[in-house]
Amino acid sequence: MNGFDQIFVTMAHRLSGAAPAPVQPIMLAALIIAALMTAFGSCFALTTIMERKILGRMQNRLGPNRVGPCGLLQPMADAVKMLIKEDLVPDAADRTLHALAPLVLTVPIWLAFAVLPFGRNMVAVNFDAGILFFFAIGGASELAVFMAGWSSQNKYSLIGAMRGIAQMISYEVPLVLSTVTALMMAGSLSLVAIVDAQSGYAFGWLARWHVFTPWGLAGFGLFLIAAAAESNRSPFDLPEGESEIIAGYLTEYSGFKYALFFLGEYLGLFAVTGLGVTLFLGGWQPPVKALAGTPSWFWFAAKFAALIFLFIWVRATLPRLRLDQLLNFSWRFLVPLGLVNLLAAAVWSWTRPWQFPGSMGVRWLIGGSILALFYCWLGRGLRPDARPARQYHYAA
Amino acid sequence: MNGWGILRGMAETMRNFAGSYRDPARLATIQYPEVRLPAVENARTIPFLVFDDNPATGLRCTACTICEQECPAQCIYIVKDTAKKPDYLGKMQLQPRVFDIDISVCMGCGICAEVCPFDSIQMDQVFELSASERFSSLLLHKAQLAKPNEHFRQIHPEEAAATDQRREAEKQKAEAKKAQAAAAAKTAAPVSEGPR
Repeated sequence: MNGFDQIFVTMAHRLSGAAPAPVQPIMLAALIIAALMTAFGSCFALTTIMERKILGRMQNRLGPNRVGPCGLLQPMADAVKMLIKEDLVPDAADRTLHALAPLVLTVPIWLAFAVLPFGRNMVAVNFDAGILFFFAIGGASELAVFMAGWSSQNKYSLIGAMRGIAQMISYEVPLVLSTVTALMMAGSLSLVAIVDAQSGYAFGWLARWHVFTPWGLAGFGLFLIAAAAESNRSPFDLPEGESEIIAGYLTEYSGFKYALFFLGEYLGLFAVTGLGVTLFLGGWQPPVKALAGTPSWFWFAAKFAALIFLFIWVRATLPRLRLDQLLNFSWRFLVPLGLVNLLAAAVWSWTRPWQFPGSMGVRWLIGGSILALFYCWLGRGLRPDARPARQYHYAA
Repeated sequence: MNGWGILRGMAETMRNFAGSYRDPARLATIQYPEVRLPAVENARTIPFLVFDDNPATGLRCTACTICEQECPAQCIYIVKDTAKKPDYLGKMQLQPRVFDIDISVCMGCGICAEVCPFDSIQMDQVFELSASERFSSLLLHKAQLAKPNEHFRQIHPEEAAATDQRREAEKQKAEAKKAQAAAAAKTAAPVSEGPR
């Protein structure tokens, strides 16, 4: 069991062990970086083609199927196209900032993968404050978006960047609030410790993932919504809103820089999806006890793929929100619900010593009813008639 | 309840996702170069010249240049030939030596087909007309434009049937007239036959 489970770990140690002793740690680090970049780079390529195929199927189309078997070589064709395109920079643009923005988006996001545990013992750096590091790194994407929008000297770019900033800052709050519950339960900021906190099996067979608790379920929902907004995914793709502002902050980008932006956005989605898997879906833990012998990295990959599919599915389903709807949804619904979720998590934690038969059901009932009550109550504020109709003074 | 509509929408997209694999009839896509939809009868692209039996001698065109004059885009160029040829009624008619259509200019309005009194020019349904050279390869000559009447029957069955019927009737009328004239001539001048 352990041999196959630890195959990547032993491989890395064997390979770096072949080097002379003084350079071994550097070799190991380089190997891990190479492995992560290869894995998530190919994951990016695969996601672009699968997203287009799945979206197509969900709209009763075939999707791309011309390049290579089943169209699977489409990303290669896209990459070649992107690389040989002319790299246009507007005359009025701030050339330095314009060139730096895609790098500022893409380079730091790779660091976020360093703290994610992809399997048992498979974490590049086990920080004590891993999740803090993760969100600190994620802050760079806001900067990159604004750099791109400001340096392009284009109305649409600037509007897109402003929208991006408003959206990312608004949704960072529910994102962090939803993760706080998981931190409270694990009592640690280390992602490895959070995965360990979800080990063991309830009733002797079902994994103790956070998502199987009322606060975990609500937190997972909040996390997914906020994660979609953080990575500018549909239905929160206002910063790019093609039908309104051309391509938002990407308007003045072409060729390789545009490709870098795309890479950065997808990597941001992967990182935040990996975090969601770690915080709420038990990381690399198998879902039931019967599957305990299976490789841990497989379970991480499976949950990761399922969440990416969910994001694509949501993209195929929901139309884009308006900016005021977006901000209302965050500040009037997600943030208060996130705070209530802290209460639900506290109740769950406080009732942990209860051991009478059916205690699990009672705890679920208490936590679930607190959340359901506030879900319905706060949801009333989201109705179109909840507030007086907006008066437009300049637009008819 | 809040979120119920979202769940219903998600169920709909998932039905499409699963359904498109189970039931290919749901797919709107036609894989074009391999699979083609049958053309609609009313579809028209550029004109072509109709010939009966033989492309060299059976061309219906009489080089009357009405189409050349009527063409709003002025994309037709005709040069008359000095030699004449008999048409379907046996009458001697002019014929074009050069008949060119610049399809880069042609807008497919179909006025040429409408004004042609000889049913000679009709609208085609070809649409794969791209060429790697944009001047001479988009100037179609008589030989490229000439297509048999069967092609016309194939792409516009109703119109072709009506045309064929009319032409057949005209032909029979002309033949009857000829026969009548011949008979009249026979009765009018029995002497000329001479003694047998």
